[in-house]
Amino acid sequence: MDFSRLRRTITRYCVGEEIWVGSRTVYIGHKEPPSCAEAYMPQHYPDNRIVSSKYTFWNFIPKNLFEQFRRIANFYFLVIFLVQLIIDTPTSPVTSGLPLFFVITVTAIKQGYEDWLRHKADCSINECPVDVVEQGKVVRTQSHKLRVGDIVVVREDETFPCDLILLSSSRYDGTCYVTTTSLDGESSHKTYYAVPDTMAFRTEQEVDSLHATIECEQPQPDLYKFVGRIDIYKDKQEPVVRTLGAENLLLRGATLKNTQHIYAVAIYTGMETKMALNYQSKSQKRSAVEKSMNAFLVVYLCILISKAVINTVLKYAWQWSPDRDEPWYNHRTEIERQRHVVIRAFTDFLAFMVLFNYIIPVSMYVTVEMQKFLGSYFIAWDEEMFDEELGQGAQVNTSDLNEELGQVEYVFTDKTGTLTENNMEFIECCVDGNVYIPHAICNGQILSAASSIDMIDSSPGGYRREYEDLFFRALCLCHTVQVKEEETVESIKRGIHQGKLGYTYLRLKDSYMEILNKDDEIERFELLHVLNFDSVRRRMSVIVRSSSGEYLLFCKGADSSIFPRVVSGKVEQVKARVEQNAVEGLRTLCVAYRRLSESEYLEASHRLTEAKLALQDREQRLAQAYDIIEREFVLLGATAVEDRLQEKAADTIESLHKAGMKVWVLTGDKMETAAATCYASKLFRRSTQILELTKKRTEEQSLHDVLFELNRTVLRQRSISGLSVDCLDFGLIIDGATLSGILKPSQESAGHGNYREIFLEICRNCSAVLCCRMAPLQKAQIVKLIKSSKEHPITLAIGDGANDVSMILEAHVGIGIMGKEGRQAARNSDYAIPKFKHLKKMLLIHGHYYYIRIAELVQYFFYKNVCFIFPQFLYQFFCGFSQQPLYDTAYLTLYNISFTSLPILLYSLVEQHVTMETLKREPSLYRDIAKNALLRWPAFLYWTCLGVFDAVIFFFGAYFLFDNTTFTSNGQLMTTNTQMMFGNWTFGTLVFTVLVFTVTLKLALDTHHWTWINHFVIWGSLLFYVIFSLLWGGIIWPFLNYQRMYYVFMQMLSSGPAWLSIILLITVSLLPDVIKKVLCRAVCPTASEHAQSTRPCLTVEPSTIFMLSQSSSRMSF
Amino acid sequence: MLSAGVVIPGFFVIGLAFIGIGVGLLITSRSIQVLELDYTGTETNSPCYKCTTPPVQNNCVCKLNFTIDTLFKGPVFFYYSLTNYFQSQRKYGASKDYNQLSGDLTYFKSPASDCDPYQYANGKPIVPCGSLANSMFNDTFKLYQIINGQEKLVPFDGKGIAWWTDYNIKYRNPDYSPLKNAFNDTVKPVFWSKAAYELDTSDATNNGFVNQDFLVWMRRAALPNFRKLYRRITEGDYKDGLPVGNYSLEISYNYPVISFDGTKKATFSNVSWMGGQNEFLGIAYLVIGSMCVVMSIVMLIVYAKFRFPDDD
Repeated sequence: MDFSRLRRTITRYCVGEEIWVGSRTVYIGHKEPPSCAEAYMPQHYPDNRIVSSKYTFWNFIPKNLFEQFRRIANFYFLVIFLVQLIIDTPTSPVTSGLPLFFVITVTAIKQGYEDWLRHKADCSINECPVDVVEQGKVVRTQSHKLRVGDIVVVREDETFPCDLILLSSSRYDGTCYVTTTSLDGESSHKTYYAVPDTMAFRTEQEVDSLHATIECEQPQPDLYKFVGRIDIYKDKQEPVVRTLGAENLLLRGATLKNTQHIYAVAIYTGMETKMALNYQSKSQKRSAVEKSMNAFLVVYLCILISKAVINTVLKYAWQWSPDRDEPWYNHRTEIERQRHVVIRAFTDFLAFMVLFNYIIPVSMYVTVEMQKFLGSYFIAWDEEMFDEELGQGAQVNTSDLNEELGQVEYVFTDKTGTLTENNMEFIECCVDGNVYIPHAICNGQILSAASSIDMIDSSPGGYRREYEDLFFRALCLCHTVQVKEEETVESIKRGIHQGKLGYTYLRLKDSYMEILNKDDEIERFELLHVLNFDSVRRRMSVIVRSSSGEYLLFCKGADSSIFPRVVSGKVEQVKARVEQNAVEGLRTLCVAYRRLSESEYLEASHRLTEAKLALQDREQRLAQAYDIIEREFVLLGATAVEDRLQEKAADTIESLHKAGMKVWVLTGDKMETAAATCYASKLFRRSTQILELTKKRTEEQSLHDVLFELNRTVLRQRSISGLSVDCLDFGLIIDGATLSGILKPSQESAGHGNYREIFLEICRNCSAVLCCRMAPLQKAQIVKLIKSSKEHPITLAIGDGANDVSMILEAHVGIGIMGKEGRQAARNSDYAIPKFKHLKKMLLIHGHYYYIRIAELVQYFFYKNVCFIFPQFLYQFFCGFSQQPLYDTAYLTLYNISFTSLPILLYSLVEQHVTMETLKREPSLYRDIAKNALLRWPAFLYWTCLGVFDAVIFFFGAYFLFDNTTFTSNGQLMTTNTQMMFGNWTFGTLVFTVLVFTVTLKLALDTHHWTWINHFVIWGSLLFYVIFSLLWGGIIWPFLNYQRMYYVFMQMLSSGPAWLSIILLITVSLLPDVIKKVLCRAVCPTASEHAQSTRPCLTVEPSTIFMLSQSSSRMSF
Repeated sequence: MLSAGVVIPGFFVIGLAFIGIGVGLLITSRSIQVLELDYTGTETNSPCYKCTTPPVQNNCVCKLNFTIDTLFKGPVFFYYSLTNYFQSQRKYGASKDYNQLSGDLTYFKSPASDCDPYQYANGKPIVPCGSLANSMFNDTFKLYQIINGQEKLVPFDGKGIAWWTDYNIKYRNPDYSPLKNAFNDTVKPVFWSKAAYELDTSDATNNGFVNQDFLVWMRRAALPNFRKLYRRITEGDYKDGLPVGNYSLEISYNYPVISFDGTKKATFSNVSWMGGQNEFLGIAYLVIGSMCVVMSIVMLIVYAKFRFPDDD
């Protein structure tokens, strides 16, 4: 396969043929074009096999292992394991091999299973039947046998097997309806078109007779872009050339609807389909906690290495005297004696590394991952975030960022659809300066279509009448709404409103638009061109020919994009009205038209067709063409619709403010509308002093002066408010044009300082910022600007539309609203929520909880491993630095895996240091954990010191009991009343027992929220330890070649002093932490601690989510 | 959880309980009598000095005389102590063959490589192999009470000084009788004077790997200064303890410790329910107990001053 491709490439090069990688030629039905200049060249494309699986049966083990050991932690443990295998080390390779093997196996099984599922899914997809037209007959074949160029028959409700170009459909107009739910989540039906020259084919024979080639770009992942050309050869003449665009391309994964069958030709198959190309995952975001965790790991790695170095150096210093080096009772073997001292020292160093390697526990990664994985389910299962209307709850796309939700400092929110409902309610229209208001909007609802419109100025003269008609016609025509024959006009933005105003849009039939005017007559317009809406132009137009033969261009769009292009009409009145509406927070839309003469039309048409036919830079050319055509408008009027605030939006913003977050609204809307929304949503208050940084101001003064003036204002105010109690807060309004001026690298930056810095300085002092007139890319730029400012704050972006995707991807945490504008934002986000109000719960409760949980998890893990390993380090001083392990192999292996793993995992899933109600009631508690408070170096140092202290207590407690005294067992178990001496394994077991109890009880002391499962896991772990130790020491294990633990644990428990010292040592180890906590709470309590004490935390209030978490944890264990 | 209302009384109660335990422990510990006799023989006035100065003689015997002023309550335990002796060395501790010690004859022929350099001697396998067994303590003691110039032997009980499980389960002799035959084609450890099967000539069952002294030695001490049980004094006239009088401890001095700056001691001690004398535990309980009480008072003061918000 690859050989043939190689050969072909080589031949091509030899022949000197130009290779145009950017496009491909597809021969429909694999038929050579009849009179073709270029030679027919069979091109090689992959078959239609979809391979979503990562592994095959043969490469699974090597590939999976390679993938797993690419992770630095796994690699570290592998190295330790290999060192243990190679050199003579204190602990058997099992101790690190077993956990590593466990982790690797579990991961491999999980990934293998997932891959097997993918294989199965692939198989069922690849083998599903597909109908192909061959020699005029429909032949059934399997999906994976499909080739580029095959003509495929797809029936209603079937899914397209590959990317197809529509040739003809059962509908006479050559259209078909498609739903792309599985691709982008949009459930609406979209219309796709066949090329006019092929749409007439009705039967297989006809389709098969087609001689055509398609030239199109090579596959690209963008679902909404496609550029191609079809050359149709009829009767050996010059080919007819038609352009192909995204509207002709049926994507794999989409489903055919409301159309009986279609004929289409395959152009992209298998892994080259757009769906397959979109499988690539987005770049991964890492949370701040993960970063500090890695920093701590580095510290611990340094501790580990320095411990090993210290011990190695001490060993050789201590062994300087030959009697210590090799006392008579412990002679070396010959081989060891001959070994060079450097090699011996290095081996010793490695052995110490191995002995202390448990300080970086393999299980921490597993636990963190499990915590995140399970934790994300709890978010998804939260019933409070379930939306009845959508029938969906929150959706978690990345579980890596749960704790980042608790660290947010800047919230960037979109306005429309995020803060507001994005449910337009018609308020009024203004035609040629006259205002019309539907008379029955009293209860906020528009009455049924029967009610007519109340015209304020009801003296329509003939001239005005004409404008009115044009205005409504424009509204009726200028859109891309598709009305299906079976369904009535419904729910689609404008449809309703026109109905009440006397005009109803009926349908598009054979490129004729039919509208019903107020006299119940059907008017027909031929739809000639649609100049589609885009967010850069912010307007759309249609060119139609009326029944009287007039060419009309109707345009509607944002006022800013219409007014500059208007040449006549009552601009002043309309403008005033529009501005007034904007202040009231209404969305306005301006409508204009232009009459085209025949020649003008032809020219425009020519431009458009040319641009559409272009194979390259089509977008750009189209934009140019649009720019030329859409000008010299006559203004007709404007409409105003209200977009109401989402439920509890204001409350949510207020909470976010109280939680110390800065909320920025980024919108494409104009300033007045956006500002009104900001006031309504309490982003700005009456007391807020508004600073404006808009084009209007910068036209009067230079940007430089404005910036400096604002900066002065802010700074002055801050120095005053430093004294007074209630400080005035600032709100900043900036528009897109000014922003690009600020972001532009200024030439004279040396002289005037950097605008960016001044801008950031102003922003820092503003509690709320409104950015209006933003292009989508500018939104991302703002996020990036803040993200990279010197404090490196954690940013969150929330939005619902495709224009928010860039900022959602840019921000640390991206949240999508499952809104009306499709699912693009939700798909690209890290978390998707149904409504803006759910952001409060997401951040203030889930974010807060997950942050404190993971912080405790990380700190506790390091703590318990310091406690675990530090005694081993101390023991080296008492065993001649001989790497003698203090604990038995089983204890070394199981400490992190089973004795102390479950309590912390459970804690990290269900802990609630304050109740959910308190968190909700007092958003300011969020400030307690701001700036990674629980994982900063002092906190880390405290935990590490506590660990060292505890370790010292464990070790020297046991040491003083053993040293120079007769710490013996008063053997009740024995036949004779005797005294037995304890050995080194009893010493280790004593330390280990105290250790396990102390670290578990420490966690119990930290737990505020006790559920039955906490009790079960904490006490169960301790019980498990005791039972395990009894069993482990109670039997001569046949598979072990040493029985050093035999009866050690029981002997220890049979001794009174052992019990007393265990109790003593546990108490002493826990004491300082308890005292510190109590005193800190008394002297300088944090807000959370205040909240804890105002409501006694002992009262356990099981709330919904934790009922859930309980049941789920039960299942997962 | 950690509200002042719980912590302050909690501390107080724990403190009092600990003080109580501490006092009890301290009194018990104080009541234990310990007599330690250093017989390393580094000082010239030591009776064992002759055994440490060249020419070193084999079977050097030295006698240590001491007096007991008050009745040494029984049962009295007799220990030997070694200092600066690293039984906790890793290689040293691993230098043994568990299979051999559990009586598996195949390992009599080829001992585990861990035992190296005491795996083979002169081409023959060493049983029991390894440094640990090889370095077994081999001083022997005899205690005499001197009554009217006459030496009266104080009977030592050498039974049940090792772990019951070690003696009965973990260590096993091969099923051979006589035991000697199992040791054919093997050699005794290099430093041993007697083979394993003739460690105790007086008691045939106390030989081989289940010899009590051997078992005691094989249980490695955790720390470099350690004490191991040698005998108990439980029989005859001395059942209730050692009466007031003069005593003489006859030591056959074999075990070298001076090369690594070690010392050897013979120790007499009686025991209580809490084992041997150990003041540390009692003192620690007292200290921690008082600290708890003090802390509860400090916290009470802090509480009064800062007004814990808890309890209103």
